[in-house]
Amino acid sequence: MGSYESPIREPLILGDKDYKQITTDIVRSTQGFPPMAWVIAISIAGSLAAFYFFCVAWTVYYGIGVWNLNKTVGWAYDITNFVWWVGIGHAGTLISAVLLLFRQKWRTGINRAAEAMTIFAVICAAQFPGIHMGRPWMAFFIFPYPNSRGPLWPNFQSPLMWDVFAISTYFTVSLLFWYSGLLPDFGTIRDRSKGKFRKAIYNALSFGWRGEAKHWQRFESLSLVLAGLSTPLVLSVHTIVSFDFATSVIPGWHTTIFPPYFVAGAIFSGFAMVLTLMLITRKVLKLEDYITIAHIEAMNKIILLTGSIVGIAYITELWTAWYSGFIYEWFAFYNRALGPMAWAYYIMMTCNVISPQFFWIKKLRRNLYLTFFLSITVNIGMWFERFVIIVTSLYRDYIPSSWADYYPSWVEVGIYVGTIGLFFTLFLLFARAFPVIAIAEVKSILKSSGAAARVKQKAKDDAMAKGGYAEGGDLAGAHHDVKID
Amino acid sequence: MAEQQFWKGLDEKFHEPEFMQQAGKEFPEELPGFGAKLQQANTSRRDFLKVLGFSVGAATIAASCEMPVRKSIPYLVKPDEITPGIANYYASSYVDGGNYCSVLVKTREGRPIKIEGNNLSQITYGGTDASAQASVLSLYDMHRPRGPVANKKATNWAELDKAVVEKLQAIKAAGGTIRILSSTIISPSLKAAIAKFVEQFPGTELVQYDAVSYSGLLDANEQSFGLRVVPNYRFEKAKVVVSLGADFLGTWISPTEYAYNYGLTRKVSKDNAKMSRHYQVESYASLTGLNADVRVPVKPSEETAAAITLYNLVASKLGGASISGGKLESAYAESLKNAANDLVEAKGASLVISGSNDVNVQLIVNALNQLLGNYGTTIDLTEYSNLRQGNDTAYNKFVADVEAGTVKGLIIINSNPAYNLPKGDKFIEALGKLELTVSLNDKQTETDTLCQFLAPDHHYLESWGDAEPRNGHISIIQPTIDPLFDTRSAGESLLKFAGINQSYYDFIRENWNANIFTKSTGLNLFGHFWDRSVHDGVFTYTPTVTVTEGIIDVAAAGAAALKNVKSGGLEVVMYEKTAIGDGKDTDNPWLQELPDPVSKITWDNYACVSLKFAEANGLDYTADRTRKSYGRTVQTIKLTVNGAEVELPVHIQPGMPDGTIAVALGYGREVVGKAGEVGANVYPFLTKYSNGGQSRYANDASFTVTGNDYKLGQTQTHFSVSDGLNQRGIVKTTTLDEYAHDPAAGNHDRAHVKEQLQTLYGYHEFPGHKWGMGIDLNACFGCGACVVACNAENNIPVVGKKEITLYREMHWLRIDRYYFGNVENPSAVFQPMMCQHCDNAPCENVCPVSATNHSSEGLNQMAYNRCIGTRYCANNCPYKVRRFNWFDYWGADSFTLTGALENNYDPHQMTGDLTRMVLNPDVTVRSRGVMEKCSFCVQRIQEGKLTAKKQGRKLKDGDIKTACQSACVTGAIVFGDVNNPESAATLMSNDERGFKVIEEIHTLPSITYLTRVRNTNDKEQLKAVNLLSNNAMHPLGADAHHTGGEAHGTETPASHDNHSEEGHH
Repeated sequence: MGSYESPIREPLILGDKDYKQITTDIVRSTQGFPPMAWVIAISIAGSLAAFYFFCVAWTVYYGIGVWNLNKTVGWAYDITNFVWWVGIGHAGTLISAVLLLFRQKWRTGINRAAEAMTIFAVICAAQFPGIHMGRPWMAFFIFPYPNSRGPLWPNFQSPLMWDVFAISTYFTVSLLFWYSGLLPDFGTIRDRSKGKFRKAIYNALSFGWRGEAKHWQRFESLSLVLAGLSTPLVLSVHTIVSFDFATSVIPGWHTTIFPPYFVAGAIFSGFAMVLTLMLITRKVLKLEDYITIAHIEAMNKIILLTGSIVGIAYITELWTAWYSGFIYEWFAFYNRALGPMAWAYYIMMTCNVISPQFFWIKKLRRNLYLTFFLSITVNIGMWFERFVIIVTSLYRDYIPSSWADYYPSWVEVGIYVGTIGLFFTLFLLFARAFPVIAIAEVKSILKSSGAAARVKQKAKDDAMAKGGYAEGGDLAGAHHDVKID
Repeated sequence: MAEQQFWKGLDEKFHEPEFMQQAGKEFPEELPGFGAKLQQANTSRRDFLKVLGFSVGAATIAASCEMPVRKSIPYLVKPDEITPGIANYYASSYVDGGNYCSVLVKTREGRPIKIEGNNLSQITYGGTDASAQASVLSLYDMHRPRGPVANKKATNWAELDKAVVEKLQAIKAAGGTIRILSSTIISPSLKAAIAKFVEQFPGTELVQYDAVSYSGLLDANEQSFGLRVVPNYRFEKAKVVVSLGADFLGTWISPTEYAYNYGLTRKVSKDNAKMSRHYQVESYASLTGLNADVRVPVKPSEETAAAITLYNLVASKLGGASISGGKLESAYAESLKNAANDLVEAKGASLVISGSNDVNVQLIVNALNQLLGNYGTTIDLTEYSNLRQGNDTAYNKFVADVEAGTVKGLIIINSNPAYNLPKGDKFIEALGKLELTVSLNDKQTETDTLCQFLAPDHHYLESWGDAEPRNGHISIIQPTIDPLFDTRSAGESLLKFAGINQSYYDFIRENWNANIFTKSTGLNLFGHFWDRSVHDGVFTYTPTVTVTEGIIDVAAAGAAALKNVKSGGLEVVMYEKTAIGDGKDTDNPWLQELPDPVSKITWDNYACVSLKFAEANGLDYTADRTRKSYGRTVQTIKLTVNGAEVELPVHIQPGMPDGTIAVALGYGREVVGKAGEVGANVYPFLTKYSNGGQSRYANDASFTVTGNDYKLGQTQTHFSVSDGLNQRGIVKTTTLDEYAHDPAAGNHDRAHVKEQLQTLYGYHEFPGHKWGMGIDLNACFGCGACVVACNAENNIPVVGKKEITLYREMHWLRIDRYYFGNVENPSAVFQPMMCQHCDNAPCENVCPVSATNHSSEGLNQMAYNRCIGTRYCANNCPYKVRRFNWFDYWGADSFTLTGALENNYDPHQMTGDLTRMVLNPDVTVRSRGVMEKCSFCVQRIQEGKLTAKKQGRKLKDGDIKTACQSACVTGAIVFGDVNNPESAATLMSNDERGFKVIEEIHTLPSITYLTRVRNTNDKEQLKAVNLLSNNAMHPLGADAHHTGGEAHGTETPASHDNHSEEGHH
């Protein structure tokens, strides 16, 4: 990791840090009495999570009829939320796996939190396939388990069946990846812990990590293997989720463009959510040195790219619908854009296509306030994208006699808001108990991408430019004790 | 011990001592752990048994104390007729006042569960209507009177009879007279019982009065022909039908009978491209009007002018006396001219009818039919109808008599005057003056609460009875279940009051023996005749009637009719809805939940207004209003007519004439079962003609917009054709002229679509049977009998208005109504829509658990137990025919709780033990959270196959009839094996008119529809039909840019329709 880096690259760790300082900075948040902000935040999030469970209980007790779905619109908030949360869950794996394979060093500052976010988002997403069922107590029917009913197997032709495999595989691999990455850091926390109890817990969590060379070697191999495993998953999960719609016959769903369009949208919303979380986290936990403007700018570039892909997909869909000459298809899009629920379409268009275009300008990419605002805007937009696809395709399809309306009931809104509470509860617990930045990984780039290393590098480069190898013998890297004026 | 005679071994043989010792023991060796130790144990065997007994007993009690007690009583001696699991059918007749249907009652284990039509009837021809289908549910109505009541206290029959007879005798002694007030009585035996009563109490008169009166028609026939009857209208012989406001397919006198005969003239085929032409002049949008070839909307006050104009037009050609004045000024006057020409051309094979209750208008219509020579051909006065006998004059005289004090006692049979009389009628006051009031109604009514005695009648399914709906056609009512409550036949009550102690059954038999048996030929013994009649349900003979055709003074009638016209100001017309009628069945949840065929609104009545009228008065519902919340939200108005004020929601009804409001009668009942507590009562709006006859319209009405919002439970919300429908090949129409040249007219795109259907996957094989259905859109008039039949057959839950406003109706079969033509005067196509049983069913592959799958006979089937309720199948159904159990509607869920924690959803008390007796045991009751849909009546298919198998023969076409098919009087629906090249369903699918709905998406539906052919000469209609049939050939149509007319979120419906009209021109 001590490879040469161009001095014009921005440092990824600011300030004069040494390894100890990094440990201290990051582990600080897990120690001592939690700050007031955290207490307030978890109270709110916890209450919302409790409300989520109340709404679910209400639904199961009275029946799914307490939602406002109808004979025509069979899915609305439920599957919108499902796809939204799964989409958010994409960024973590992308950052940890794909960027690892591409050797993007800036991933180290954000991958831990992003992976945690993935896990929690997938947990939220996984609620919906269960609770949206009319008979959730029979949910186990969807698993292909050996049974005495014939045996009776699930229908492997159904995209919902594929979802079960896609989501569960994704969740398993992401969880493994996240947790295995945590092992050295748990070891670090354990080593710094004073209380016996605390030590024991972190020791157990770290699986007895001792930092031996063999440990590190296995750790690195595992990371690579898992990265290799999860990279195709990044593409497959949302591809399969998009099949829920693409394999149907409903105009507005039945579209071959869906897989890439959904994957791009998922990365788009996932990065936006990472940004939302990171911007708060770096401020509250004072981690500005590790999650730098450079990180934010890099993520904003991805948002710009994926947002534009999504925009092109929207326009392609419109064009295809018109060009197909198939009146049902054309009407579906006409109705989306000009029908009674066009407001949802324009929220989607504005938030997803127009708003990221600000990031063409470097100054705006590096503006924290705008970034924060747009990261939320993008997630609103992406929620509406799924709402538009699901509801505004269903409510007016082939047979006009069956056209209907859709409005959410309080239970549906409650469940949606509740999952946000559930998500933040989990995230806040994580931020409190686990290191939110991968300590070991950040340390690994300190010598190549730390600010201090950059100064030293620059000095060497300047010297080289002047007089060749005057001090060239020390190319291997900066000492960690170099001080910067 | 004697030596063993039989032995198994030597030990035994020789009594070895060791063997002998062992032989007495159960086990040859000591059981391990028992033996000596057991002998010394503290716990004795008795103790062990005590503990065991206690614990088993305690466990049993603990486990069983929560279990509900299920009472089931096995037959000690099984009745011969009843085999559990096998249905019995009994011929009977559905009679409710003047509504009649000859039926077969299906009973299972002694419970009537379904009504089928009786094929032997020459009146209803095996068809039924919605009310007859729903009548089985009213048997199990928990709100029925449960026994005799005297002065609001429950009593017993002996006490009641004693008290009533005492009073009757007292009245008789004091010289007062008694009246029997009834709706039309078509039962000869009940009339005979009344005669017996009259014998006992001389001076008693029977006053018949119908809530919706046909007195004008009857009086006119009395004046013209000396017979106060409704003639037998022979629609099947009429090449041209002109109806002046008679909704003969929906509510007018005998709609099932007329629909059958009219249907015969509406079916076309390649070889017989002929059909009748039907003109309808009407003042509201009726079911009949929307089915007509030419429709002429007029204000109610203009109906008289329309009759006179038509008469004069015909008279000028055929040389009759003309009527002066009263020319109809209308944009549609051209249509009347065409009607007159067509009538004259079809002289002797035409028919003019009128729904007016003005005797003078009916006289003009009689004169018109006389001029056209229709008596003896399309109008038969010999086999006249008995279905309407009410007499407004007699009723008015009755009230006057009570006022005058000569009448002292009143017996009410099957009528509810306290509810259905106009404001200002003195009936209720008169009732207070009477010394005796007895009600024999079988349902609770407003009138009963004002009567001293209630002697409730049986439901028709519990009682013996008879009916003579048409002169020469007598049918039997036989009981199919023991009376559920302590009720008694009205006839028996009358006999008891007259002091005759005879069961009504014996009385009927006697009456038949004396009066009807004599008309039979071929059978010598009354017993045989009776048995045959009971078995068949119907008996016919040829009656002899003397008709004296008088000369009708049309000039006088015309002048009088014009004098009766109430014009000026806002006019309000009161009409009957197809299912609810005059309000007797208003508490039947099946009928309330059946969407009105025209408006598709359930559970309400409302003020129908034209779009122009609504716009002019700011009543238009804007797009925002519809989107305010779920369901269709409309404004309400306070409507004042005759000093009666009623608040009503406004419904914009295409086809309403301007300056007119139409409101349905039969709602706003106060003393009624739970389901009937909907809508508002507009009987007070009724007015009277100068002769005292009931007039069903009023003028000079006023209204105020209240500003209140109201939700209507409408099952089909879209407003008109302006939504791109005319490019969708969902319904297809053509004209008779085009069809005559080209049997595929209007359906040309089918060939193209079929050509384009390519697949890489191959087609499914169905080696045995392959079930399919054909629906002739020409023969479907949209009445809804099939929908209720499907409800009854398949245990479809009633969900109530709230759920319907949430678009959650559960009907497996719905009738889609598509208007076409312009919004002022549209026509409509009715399309029954149910599961299409697609060979490539989009619902099947998406179900994660294979709960919905395909049978080897082409059925798309549901395994309810397997369904987990993801609803993906419903989303992916292009026809949107799948229905989801959002709540536990039937109380079928395993987690059902009652009491404070109730979690089932039962707004209309359909889950009570009594109501649940109506359930069809062959069909599973679905729990919440599962999807359901049309099964092609798979239980009937199975039954048909088994019957054929037991009889050792092949299944024949027609052996299996689905519930919808058997309910349909016109035979619009056929069902059968499409692997059989001769079956009716195959023939339909091969017909040039045959098309499948959205076939281009390659779902391969099993239902074929036949293009609707229209015999119109109306320019606007022709234009609309041509536009539809031409556009069907071009997927994007000529006016593709209008595709999404209704999609403009902020526009009003008015502007959509303007759009679509721009498109049409």
